[in-house]
Amino acid sequence: MSSNAVRTRGRFRGGAGLGLVAWLAGIVFFLPIAWMALTSFHSETDAATNPPSFAAALTLDGYREFFGADGGASPWPALINSAVASVASTLLVLLLALPAAYALSIRPVKRWTDVLFFFLSTKMLPVVAGLLPIYLFAKNAGLLDNIWLLVLLYTSMNLPIAVWMMQSFLAEVPVAVIEAAQIDGARLPTVLARVVAPIALPGIAATALICFIFSWNELLFARVLTGVVAETAPVFLTGFITSQGLFLAKVCAASLVISLPVLAAGFAAQDKLVQGLSLGAVK
Amino acid sequence: MTATTTAPAAAPGTHPAPRRSSDRLRAWAARGPLLPALIFMIVVTQLPFVATLVISFLDWNSLYPDARGFAGFANYQEVLTDADLRRSVWTTVLLTVGVVLASLVLGLLLALLLDRRFRGRGIVRTLLIAPFLVVPVAAALLWKHVLYNPEYGLLNGLLHYVGGPQPDWISNTPLLAVQTALVWQWTPFMMLILLAGLQSRDQQQLEAARVDGASDWQIFVHITLPHLRRYLELGALLGSIYIVQNFDAVFTLTSGGLGTANLPYTVYQTFYQAHENGLASAAGVLVVIGSIVIATFALRVVSSLFREEVSRA
Amino acid sequence: MHTQSRWRPPRAALAAAAAGTLLAPLLSGCWVGAGGAGSGGDSVNVLMVNNPQMVELQKLTAEHFTEKTGIKVNFTVLPENDVRDKISQDFANQAGQYDVATLSNYEIPIYARNGWLKEMDSYVADDPGYDQPDVLEPMRRSLTGDDGKLYGQPFYGESSFLMYRKDVFEREGLTMPARPTWRQVADLAAELDGAEPGMKGICLRGLPGWGEVMAPLTTVVNTFGGTWFDEDWNAGLDSPEWQQATKFYVDLVREHGESGAPQAGFAECLNNMTQGKVAMWYDATSAAGSLEADGSPVRGKVGYAPAPVEKTESSGWLYTWAWGIQGASRNPDNAWKFVSWASSKEYEQLVGDEIGWSNVPAGKRASTYANPDYRAEAAAFQEMTKEAIERARPDDPGVQPRPAPGIQFVGIPEFTDLGTRVSQEISAAIAGRQSVESALRKSQQLAEEISEEYEGR
Repeated sequence: MSSNAVRTRGRFRGGAGLGLVAWLAGIVFFLPIAWMALTSFHSETDAATNPPSFAAALTLDGYREFFGADGGASPWPALINSAVASVASTLLVLLLALPAAYALSIRPVKRWTDVLFFFLSTKMLPVVAGLLPIYLFAKNAGLLDNIWLLVLLYTSMNLPIAVWMMQSFLAEVPVAVIEAAQIDGARLPTVLARVVAPIALPGIAATALICFIFSWNELLFARVLTGVVAETAPVFLTGFITSQGLFLAKVCAASLVISLPVLAAGFAAQDKLVQGLSLGAVK
Repeated sequence: MTATTTAPAAAPGTHPAPRRSSDRLRAWAARGPLLPALIFMIVVTQLPFVATLVISFLDWNSLYPDARGFAGFANYQEVLTDADLRRSVWTTVLLTVGVVLASLVLGLLLALLLDRRFRGRGIVRTLLIAPFLVVPVAAALLWKHVLYNPEYGLLNGLLHYVGGPQPDWISNTPLLAVQTALVWQWTPFMMLILLAGLQSRDQQQLEAARVDGASDWQIFVHITLPHLRRYLELGALLGSIYIVQNFDAVFTLTSGGLGTANLPYTVYQTFYQAHENGLASAAGVLVVIGSIVIATFALRVVSSLFREEVSRA
Repeated sequence: MHTQSRWRPPRAALAAAAAGTLLAPLLSGCWVGAGGAGSGGDSVNVLMVNNPQMVELQKLTAEHFTEKTGIKVNFTVLPENDVRDKISQDFANQAGQYDVATLSNYEIPIYARNGWLKEMDSYVADDPGYDQPDVLEPMRRSLTGDDGKLYGQPFYGESSFLMYRKDVFEREGLTMPARPTWRQVADLAAELDGAEPGMKGICLRGLPGWGEVMAPLTTVVNTFGGTWFDEDWNAGLDSPEWQQATKFYVDLVREHGESGAPQAGFAECLNNMTQGKVAMWYDATSAAGSLEADGSPVRGKVGYAPAPVEKTESSGWLYTWAWGIQGASRNPDNAWKFVSWASSKEYEQLVGDEIGWSNVPAGKRASTYANPDYRAEAAAFQEMTKEAIERARPDDPGVQPRPAPGIQFVGIPEFTDLGTRVSQEISAAIAGRQSVESALRKSQQLAEEISEEYEGR
């Protein structure tokens, strides 16, 4: 208790100045987003001025345009597609990664590091090089413009990282606990669900969040493989860019709305994220 | 599934069953949970590359659908002598190394700041992670049109108030402009990883060091930094994996112009602007080979991450 | 690749249990119906570029087309670069995801040659209300395939001309010649530089892209006497004419052009002109509609002059965003109904009534320029626009015979790649990162690769 007090006092010495620096850094990093938010409430002409119009009249036109008022396209199908692709692929990733991570950590198979490296190495292959075969396959299989194809691809995109992260979380689960459960006759799925998952929960949550973010953000596959039905939110966002005419306020409004789910999830789960990223070392 | 896993796995080694079949069963029981993920990855990521390999030997321009034929190694010859591709290799290296290093250093500084207690720490952390949570293509659009634009961008707008110059950021320093936008997005991610590392330090050890009169700097160099090594490596690995592949930022900010075309963009351009499917595939195959070579080295470095676990296994 | 669809996990029970309910139905194709490519029933899928005219079309379609015909139109709208990539992919593979796409007079003849487009002659013949002869001759010709059949219908068309601030010219005591030459324009730009605080002499595109900086630059090269390729496919980018024209263009934009020129395209220049940051602008005739629109700060202050020349009589380009119907379309009849409506006189009337005559997708029909409403609203520029389009000579834009049609482009499939790569070199020269000589030296090498393929063909 007393040593704790010493530490706290020690940290406060010179802390005020550094706290100020931290605040400054936070503001600098956040400034572009704040400016984007302000611009999204400006009219198109006020959004494109120099010097910038800080005090220009506020309007919801950008948002109205984004949500397809007066006859424009509605963003909801794209947002729903993105939600389906991100959530379904994240669930699928967890479903595949958890048993795999179990086999790589708690009961490691022979040469498990090689397997882990294989997973990781697939992340280093350039995605663009596989685009054409995937497109041709999708075309011949009738899977073009189908959101479930994106679910599969996003799963493959996130699975290596998920296996890798979860492997390190599961490595922290005491083997004795698992063996005890297995001696009681529990099957593997039960062991995973009842014993392993609760202990590794922060790690699983962090993994899920990261998979969700990367799926939600993905553009290249979505741009090439979707059309009118399965269009995702980032593709929809690029549709606001035009080489003719002003679009800043619209694009800022659209960017903000489309980033909102990720921002909300990230803000809500930032503690879990820090915990999870610590590779299971935080207890 | 039930047949293969439960019985032998439940009590490994306790059944005096015939040795060979028991061993085999046990091996499969251990592998079983791994297979779905493994097979999935092989099918979804390796098969397309087999197809890419096949296409790379074809003379196939999609604008001449009737002239498709076998090309032998002609595509490879052309790719290897292509100055643009060589340049894009170098651009990719500069882009990746620059962004990863800068965001690691910045992320470390920010993590150290956030590891201290001060008023509003939670708010500052929230502000700092926000850039990582903005959809990348939105972030690229934000930088290009809202910040960098020489006429009405915020950067020049702010410079205007202090009577500064009005540079054209993207044209003057194209690669730096792309790097800055990416550093802005990735620094928060690095910061989170390193913050997790800092908070997992052994507090008693730190305490003991302080009681022994170690200075903050000594503690940083001798305790914090060695402890953070794993986390720095993790950040560098994850960062490079994603930034090597970066497409959105280059496509949006510069459309590959002004010497910012990285490998993914160059391959994409060969597919979509030149319509040279064979050539693009050959480039893709070479990039894959290059990636495997580099990945092998990179993973050897990473393997230090597993040293503890290896010994445990 | 097909193995994937037939793929069954070796340990079926195991994998199916793990992959769960998502994978299996997907691989067996049950879900295809939910998303499947292409349109069915009474609907048409349209892929189009995000230009204001298209966005207006999108907004008017439900009420004025779907309501009457019962045909639902699904639009995908993308910026120009993205839309080109996507169109070429969908059409080259005849994937049939889209029935109709916005194609330009560059793509239409090439796509037609490959059999990727539905010919439109038969539709036109059965649709007298469409009044095909009303479509301007250069437009019609540039959308005709090698076989003499029509493969596209223009949505709007444009040439290029010079826009300038009449009020600033007057205040500075300058006059714009009726048929300006480029050297006169350069002198004027020097005079006008700084005429108002922060005002530059002229806006010229510098943004990389074969349809960006290369479009105005190629028209300058044409009138300076240069050509991408001569009749025998010899690449000419190292010729003195190219050097002279490119140096002229780069110097002009570097000395008296807008700031941020290497990243400036049509949109940036439009903004510069609207905000009074440049005194002149050489670009598409379709810009005039925006400059003269309600609420534009420069409305009524802009004068229009023909594209500046040197050695040729005229030098304006010819461009149109036109509708093409994909060969693999499952709904060509409905697709034509949409095309016929979107390119009709009635649609122009509708836009005129609902949105305003300056927003009409003009530049394609003679009747537009006879319409009193349009003539009144577009009085400042309509005559100049029509003349520019009619004077455009896509088959003979320069001083020498050409091997392929096109004014601001070369009508061969390789041009998108060549033009884009050359544009990146030029843009770098505008940014001051390399000399014009070095940019052209590299560009010539790129063009020679194409010469080799074409010579003796």
